[in-house]
Amino acid sequence: MARRLLLAGFLGVLVISPLVASEFHITLLNYIGLYAIVALGLVLLTGVGGLTSFGQAAFVGLGAYTTAYLSTAQDLPGWASILGGSPWMGLLAGLLVTGLVAYLLGLLTLRLSGHYLPLGTIAWGISLYFLFGNLEFLGGHTGMSGIPALSLFGVELRDGRKFYYMVWAAVLGAVWLTQNLLNSREGRAIRALKGGVVMAEAMGVDTARSKVVIFLIAALFACVSGWLYAHLQRFVNPTPFGLHIGIEYLFMAVVGGAAHVWGALIGAGVITVLKQWLQDWLPKLLGASGNFEMIVFGVMMIFVLQRARDGLWPILTRFVPLGETKREVPIGDALPKKPVPESGKVLLEARNVFKRFGGLVANNNMCLSVKAGEVMALIGPNGAGKSTMFNCVSGVDSASEGEVLFRGEAVTNLNSRQIARLGMSRTFQHVRLLPTMTVLENVAIGGHLRGSMGVLSAMLHLERGEEARLLAEAARQVERVGLRDSMFDLAGSLALGQQRTLEIARALCADPCLLLLDEPAAGLRYMEKQALAELLRKLRGEGMGILLVEHDMDFVMGLADRVVVMEFGEKIAEGLPDEVQRDPVVLEAYLGGVD
Amino acid sequence: MDLQIALLLGQDGITNGAIYALLALALVLVFAVTRVIFIPQGEFVAFGALTLASFQAGKTPGTLWLLIGAGVVVALVDITQALRSGAPRRIPRIVGWNLVYPAAAAATVFLLKPGEFPLLGQIVLALVLVVPLGPMMYRLAFQPLAEASVLVLLIVAVAVHLALVGLGLLFFGAEGSRTPSFSDASFKLGLVTVSGQTLWVVGASLLLIVVLFVFFERTIYGKALRATAMNRTGARLMGISTVMAGKLSFLLAALIGAFSGILIAPITTVYYDTGFLIGLKGFVGAIVGGLTSYPVAAAGAILVGLLEAFSSFWASAFKEVIVFTLIIPVLVWRSLTTRHVEEDE
Repeated sequence: MARRLLLAGFLGVLVISPLVASEFHITLLNYIGLYAIVALGLVLLTGVGGLTSFGQAAFVGLGAYTTAYLSTAQDLPGWASILGGSPWMGLLAGLLVTGLVAYLLGLLTLRLSGHYLPLGTIAWGISLYFLFGNLEFLGGHTGMSGIPALSLFGVELRDGRKFYYMVWAAVLGAVWLTQNLLNSREGRAIRALKGGVVMAEAMGVDTARSKVVIFLIAALFACVSGWLYAHLQRFVNPTPFGLHIGIEYLFMAVVGGAAHVWGALIGAGVITVLKQWLQDWLPKLLGASGNFEMIVFGVMMIFVLQRARDGLWPILTRFVPLGETKREVPIGDALPKKPVPESGKVLLEARNVFKRFGGLVANNNMCLSVKAGEVMALIGPNGAGKSTMFNCVSGVDSASEGEVLFRGEAVTNLNSRQIARLGMSRTFQHVRLLPTMTVLENVAIGGHLRGSMGVLSAMLHLERGEEARLLAEAARQVERVGLRDSMFDLAGSLALGQQRTLEIARALCADPCLLLLDEPAAGLRYMEKQALAELLRKLRGEGMGILLVEHDMDFVMGLADRVVVMEFGEKIAEGLPDEVQRDPVVLEAYLGGVD
Repeated sequence: MDLQIALLLGQDGITNGAIYALLALALVLVFAVTRVIFIPQGEFVAFGALTLASFQAGKTPGTLWLLIGAGVVVALVDITQALRSGAPRRIPRIVGWNLVYPAAAAATVFLLKPGEFPLLGQIVLALVLVVPLGPMMYRLAFQPLAEASVLVLLIVAVAVHLALVGLGLLFFGAEGSRTPSFSDASFKLGLVTVSGQTLWVVGASLLLIVVLFVFFERTIYGKALRATAMNRTGARLMGISTVMAGKLSFLLAALIGAFSGILIAPITTVYYDTGFLIGLKGFVGAIVGGLTSYPVAAAGAILVGLLEAFSSFWASAFKEVIVFTLIIPVLVWRSLTTRHVEEDE
């Protein structure tokens, strides 16, 4: 309720402002809006997706220059003349040009790991800036003037007061689209990019594609901002599209709170007002003219990152009661399930798998198979190579030699995403959760491959039916593993044992026929272990194949149908639990030799 | 283009490339030890050059005020911390480095009229003013965030860069400066005339590289830095202070930066914001080396210098576009050849 009131109040102030504010304040608000659109893209890209870009100003420039050129050029070639004359055509062309450039840059630079990406953005940020300044037809460093005003429904938006509504409609539109996207299947995949890439890939998310998507969205937002800028200012030159402005955009996002949509607005507001104010005062104070606000911004940024790395928005929300988040268990129709393989049919077969890390042979000629409707346990002392085997089988890592067959198909060289699509799902020994998302949302990532609606329908909220079914399925799996009471808690707040259980729910949400569990009972209490064993028996009864790595011998021996024992990367025994327990080689490995 | 022009451009490229190589080495060093991508490197270049130019113009360089100001802030922060952690015996050392040293530097500047010093004396004094800013910067901006991710450190580095560029404008104004050559000699080598300054730059760069090599291979501090670069936790367990390692690497980087600025000032006019582009070109070189290999980084930097020289001949307006676009294929190649399975953060 409080949330709605606040939003209504904010909208009210937005609508009324131009009726009462002075010309100066309107201009300021217009610029805040323009910057907020760019910062919003950065929230998606940097705050949510974990990809840092210093080059957004260049995309703003692409949007501004495209419309400036098309709406002022006198002698467009025939095929392009349809794009000339109208600012709206300029927007369309700008989006196309920016989208194309961003797509190419994204293809090239998004492959870059970690810190190489922001360095890449600095590089192309500078390149595009110098390009704007050195191309004759774009007016060089002097720029282009005489850009026509926008007109909407016959009203020419000549002055800032009229333009204001245009700007803020765009801002709110961008906020709406971004919020919608983040609360969707694709949005969860995007939110997994920061710190959850391996997990998301294992759940079938194409993380490379998600990166390109947010990069494109951020670039297109910047382009819209540039288009608005060009028609508001009616003049463009390269200055506002340089690297330093790109850095300022990033500052806006970080200061406001890079992980929050509203943080972009706060950040844009704070930095813009502060800049205005500092540009008035600092030169007087210092007795010289220049962009001295840079000094203050730099110092402020260091301070923010040292003291309040999450920015202003989380601090503000501490003082404003935003009300409780929704805690209704989602309801929806069941998702279609894949046909279950016949019980006893071989699902997974690893043949002579070797995995070498340099000179170390972690898996030496390993063979194992898992059938539908059985629990196969892989045991062995620490460092025996069990988790490595797991990674080779599930495509998180690839075997150096040998062959892995899943449902009769060779998957040796497939990546984890492709293998997930075939119906294998797994948990991780070191839990890989997204701690700032709720239990329900984490589990829903497991169901990623069971939805198909894309980014556009998510942004426009056209996928609500599918989304409800997905969340309902996730809720069912949460209940199934016994986490119902913590469904809306943040995953990071759970105890380790519960986090492991959550991983199982996430794996089940994918509707697998083969489940790979890496030490699922570690950290569980006795009763919880009982419940887990019960759940696994039930799944086995339904025909699921389960490959289990576990150290808890009581748990394994009471549950497993067959056991494979590893030591030093090799298989030393295989058989029924009773046989293995009596095997002298196994006893030797576990307990040491008896002389 | 005839051979003579090619040789001339080549000479230009190698001269600039030698400077970029020095900067690339400093960047690799700082990144390896502290994981900071050292964007403000360029400001040390500008500060070194402009401080020297101020002396020659008989003015008091603004970097002196920066040194005093930064010293006071560091002293305040460190003394508070020393008192809080119950270690007041650290205070004399803190006061010595952060208050007495800048005061002594100020006394030298005001009492001894550095404008009349010989060039060598002015250079040393310029380094005395600029170099300590490196460890002070580490203390104030980076040390509190030493455990943060590379990306956070990068954003901080960009913020420091921005603040320093603004300060550079405040101290030195918008006009550029050029300092006289170290030597006016020139030598004819077949078709080309090699200027004395070129020899100075290349020679000094080579010397500095050798000195660094000896430092890293032969001295205990050099080895401590290498150990920290390889494994921070391991180094700390062996009793190497990571704070010391961070400050030392920033000190070296500041020294290299300021010295590069002093070397390049007679060749090109240095403005308050020139350092950034120079530093970034060092970066392109460093990235060729994947931010880890010193020799490959140096070779990459020479390549950047040559590319820049030749593109300024063919398409001078697009010189920067060409140099900075080059980085993208290099980055792509780098990230294709380094495969890492683990998460980025």
